[in-house]
Amino acid sequence: MGAEPATLDPALSTGVPEAIVELSCFEGLTRMDANNIPQPAIAESWTISDDGLVYTFKLRQAKWNNGEPVTAHDFEWSWKRALDPETAAEYAYQLYYIKNGEAYNTGAITDPDLVGVKALDDYTLQVTLEQPTTYFLQLCAFPTLMPVYRKVVEADPEAWFYNVNNYIGNGPFKIVRWEHNSKIDLVPNEHYWNRDAIKLTNLTFYLIEDTQTALSMFDTGELDMFDSPPATEIEGLKQRGVLLINDYLGTYYYMFNVTAEPLDDVRVRKALTMAIDRQELIDRVVRGGQLPAYAYVPFGMPGGTVGSDFREEGGDLYKEDLEEAKKLLAEAGYPDGKGFPTLAILYNTSENHKKIAEAIQEMWKKNLGIDVRLTNQEWQVYLDSRDALDYQVARAGWIGDYVDPMTFLDMWMTDSGNNDSGWGNPRFDELIVAARSNMDPAARAKQLHEAEKILIADEMVVMPIYFYTNLNVVQPWVRGVEFSPLGFINFVNAYVLER
Amino acid sequence: MGSYILKRLVSGVLVVLIVATATFMLMRSIPGGPFRREKALPAAIQRNIEARYKLNDPLWKQYLDYMKNMLRGDFGPSFKYIGRSVNSIIEDGFPVSAVLGGVTIIFSLVVGIPAGIISALNQNKWQDNLAMGIAIVGVSVPSFVMATLLMYVFAVKLRWFPAAMWGTPRHVVLPMLALSAFPTAFFARLMRSSTLDVLSQDYIRTARSKGLSWAAVVYKHVLKNSVLPIITYLGPQAAAILTGSFVVESIFAIPGLGRYYVTSIYNRDYTTIMGVTIFYCIILVALNLLVDIAYSWLDPRIKLTEAKE
Amino acid sequence: MEYSPELFQQVPKDIASAEAIVRPSVTYWQDAWRRLKQNKMAMVGLWTIAAILLIAIFGPMVSPYSYSDQDLASQNQGPSRAHWLGTDDLGRDMLTRLMYGARISLTVGIMASVLNLTVGVIYGGISGYYGGRVDNIMMRIVEILTAIPMLLYVILLMVILEPGLQNILIALGVVYWLSMARIVRGQVLSLKEQDFVLAARTIGASDWRIILKHLVPNAMGPIIVTATLNIPSAIFTEAFLSFIGLGVSAPMASWGALASDALQGFRTYPWQLFYPAIAISITMFAFNFLGDGLRDALDPKQRK
Repeated sequence: MGAEPATLDPALSTGVPEAIVELSCFEGLTRMDANNIPQPAIAESWTISDDGLVYTFKLRQAKWNNGEPVTAHDFEWSWKRALDPETAAEYAYQLYYIKNGEAYNTGAITDPDLVGVKALDDYTLQVTLEQPTTYFLQLCAFPTLMPVYRKVVEADPEAWFYNVNNYIGNGPFKIVRWEHNSKIDLVPNEHYWNRDAIKLTNLTFYLIEDTQTALSMFDTGELDMFDSPPATEIEGLKQRGVLLINDYLGTYYYMFNVTAEPLDDVRVRKALTMAIDRQELIDRVVRGGQLPAYAYVPFGMPGGTVGSDFREEGGDLYKEDLEEAKKLLAEAGYPDGKGFPTLAILYNTSENHKKIAEAIQEMWKKNLGIDVRLTNQEWQVYLDSRDALDYQVARAGWIGDYVDPMTFLDMWMTDSGNNDSGWGNPRFDELIVAARSNMDPAARAKQLHEAEKILIADEMVVMPIYFYTNLNVVQPWVRGVEFSPLGFINFVNAYVLER
Repeated sequence: MGSYILKRLVSGVLVVLIVATATFMLMRSIPGGPFRREKALPAAIQRNIEARYKLNDPLWKQYLDYMKNMLRGDFGPSFKYIGRSVNSIIEDGFPVSAVLGGVTIIFSLVVGIPAGIISALNQNKWQDNLAMGIAIVGVSVPSFVMATLLMYVFAVKLRWFPAAMWGTPRHVVLPMLALSAFPTAFFARLMRSSTLDVLSQDYIRTARSKGLSWAAVVYKHVLKNSVLPIITYLGPQAAAILTGSFVVESIFAIPGLGRYYVTSIYNRDYTTIMGVTIFYCIILVALNLLVDIAYSWLDPRIKLTEAKE
Repeated sequence: MEYSPELFQQVPKDIASAEAIVRPSVTYWQDAWRRLKQNKMAMVGLWTIAAILLIAIFGPMVSPYSYSDQDLASQNQGPSRAHWLGTDDLGRDMLTRLMYGARISLTVGIMASVLNLTVGVIYGGISGYYGGRVDNIMMRIVEILTAIPMLLYVILLMVILEPGLQNILIALGVVYWLSMARIVRGQVLSLKEQDFVLAARTIGASDWRIILKHLVPNAMGPIIVTATLNIPSAIFTEAFLSFIGLGVSAPMASWGALASDALQGFRTYPWQLFYPAIAISITMFAFNFLGDGLRDALDPKQRK
């Protein structure tokens, strides 16, 4: 499954591997189904006020794995704990949608009673939001919004989750053993409200970082599944029929520093973007069945009408076109790449990033006649260079936080901490702000499409390369595992065939 | 001797303090931080976290606080593994690395020393060529390649051993082989060289002509002559092997201490970087002291205390 | 050989020449070189190293490909007429990449052994010979440099300096003489109490002369073993440092980097892994042969 979890406290955790364990041991008000639609979980049903601000959840008679009932008070306490500045939760901003959530977390107010979450009785929870948020029910399935068992957390707020006996969850499984840096053993939670649905008798997460090692253990039958196999082995695994390719809400792209010559010229940015062969890159280098990205927001996001896809609605925002690219480069003053300064691509240390950069370097050289240098930096040094705009072209990737185009677009607002391109556009900012509180799905989608068009078709701030896929290698006898496009894995419905 | 050991202990403490200080300064002068993420955190959250881990204190105060706690034997809480202390990380990881490292050292001595002697006694015959050939190929293959190939051949193809993880004696074999390639080759080459050295001496020819057997020659003269470089090498090498190897532990998914030397730096897990570095430094200083004491015990002519001028 | 009267002539009775030492013209080093030349294996090693160096220097000039030329359509091919050693995962010519890699890896390897044989040997020699307080301070410095995590200052170098081979040499320069220094110091501690050192001192030899002419040659065995075995570890350290971004920039790749690239797909394309491994092995054999020869040549005990 990857590295040793940094924590298994749902309120404090940030990584996908941690979330996979927490999704197995805890359950929020909702749980995402195989189609990524939030379904009732601990909440049996809910009503939403007409202005979209007040959610009233009706909870079912669920129990913690020690037999105690899970109540609305547990949720209220857990959410306020996650927002408490003392808790110092990194993902506290997942709760900023709730009224006064941000104010309480930032210390602007100190009274937790003002936060918009309240248990009306043991089984009714009322949540008031700052502004209408179309994807709030999805967030309710996230680790940050999961309830924790107050008594054990209060007894040892920092390290309660290290003792498996204290790891009291309300989810489908419970941990029976955690060997640090080695493995985590789980068995079904007998008190889970939907216990009958669980068919697995035990579940073990092996904490292995090296994918070659995971592949070896898979081959010896010691592992039933693992993710992200080495690119060179993908072809062989496909032929053996053990590779599952699932959607993943993420885009791999190169980001331009628009303040640096010659990239301050949009024609240069467009020329570079048009002059690579994405399908070839995917087929020959990355190999994971990814989709070439001709826009920024990936497939799988809701569009303006019910059931529509944002990407299909928006279509491609540019085309690969070598002639056009050469023409644009000549217009910018560099016919056949003459006089073009040496360009540097910055990437963080990884075999895959290196290979992709090498391939693109060669494509630009062949197609446009420009010289490109590769700069490889250790992860945090790379983040620093990006932040300081100390680069020309930088590799980047973005994985959505929730299933809505907004998670891909609001990061490009002028003052966003995630916008490391030096680019800003008042019209773009206006559109995002307007879309945030727009309750009309069709009008909102229109605003987001226009924003994306400014970002890509007009300004080409980023050069999209491909939309990620989620690659998992799974033994043929393992069935029913659900892969979320956010990278989570749901084992509730998993089962193993007789071998 | 007593005063010498005392003097060394004092200078050892000084070494640890200098290493701790230098590491602290280096670590705080490289970019990044323990809570630096690709997705930028809202400023308020960043502030909350820094307040909780006292990262907003002035640097000199953080340094003094750390040193004070360190001298009490408290390495502080990890910045990456929330709620875990660095002490408990070392307590969990070190025994695993030490077992693997101990087995590795014993293996490389037991294989390397005889291999070197046999090579020398059969200089330029097939035994010599074979042993030295294996030794050279053994050091010419990088440890990450060696580890992966061993796993592939002996676990995936032959199924003799489990591919990875830790727990039973069978889990020890492959990582031990990967880890011992270098020291074994070193001991074998060193022994061969020392043995040839001794064999060419006149007094050995005399001893041989007086009917002393090869076994006695090896035992009396060769071992005595070559033990010095071997334990010299063994000091720092044992410190490194016993506290774990990053490459081998990562590839074989072994829950030892070795992985933390590299990952803690990537994670900018400040307290863990300091903790494992200081721990390694203490072991290194202690083993080097043992080596020096062993010198004067093995070779009474060696006087450590007397200055030349 | 025929003996003829011309070959014999009377030695003139010249006091000066009678008092002269019989072998004055043959210095220690000339003698060592003479004996090295007689050692067949050592010469094989020397010529092999020379050949690899020549290939590294001139091979890339002759090759029709460059290390970066890609042909994605013909990726991961086996050996063929066009690509003698096949192609890698991006369709680049393996042989060309291997020849370029030799430049980096040999530079690093030779640099490491030079560092060992100069800094390491002299540092260790001084520390061991003077002993006492000098030794204590010098060896504590070695401990300090051993204990500080390399990765930390490597990242710092990465921030300060432009990427390139010189960074690797700096990073290796900090640590790659430490083990040698300890080994030499240990040997010298033992050797300096022996009679021949006392003898040298009585005839008034300087400390430098004693260290370099008497102590170091007698420790040649462990020195050579340490120096040769440090070569591959320096080559692999270079690969690791380049991987994290300190060394030469991709697509240029050293042997160590080629091996780690090839490891990704070794189940399907094992030969890609063998080339760099074989190249390193051949180099190591050559250095070991040469090293053994040097030890025999330099060790005064074997001087006849």
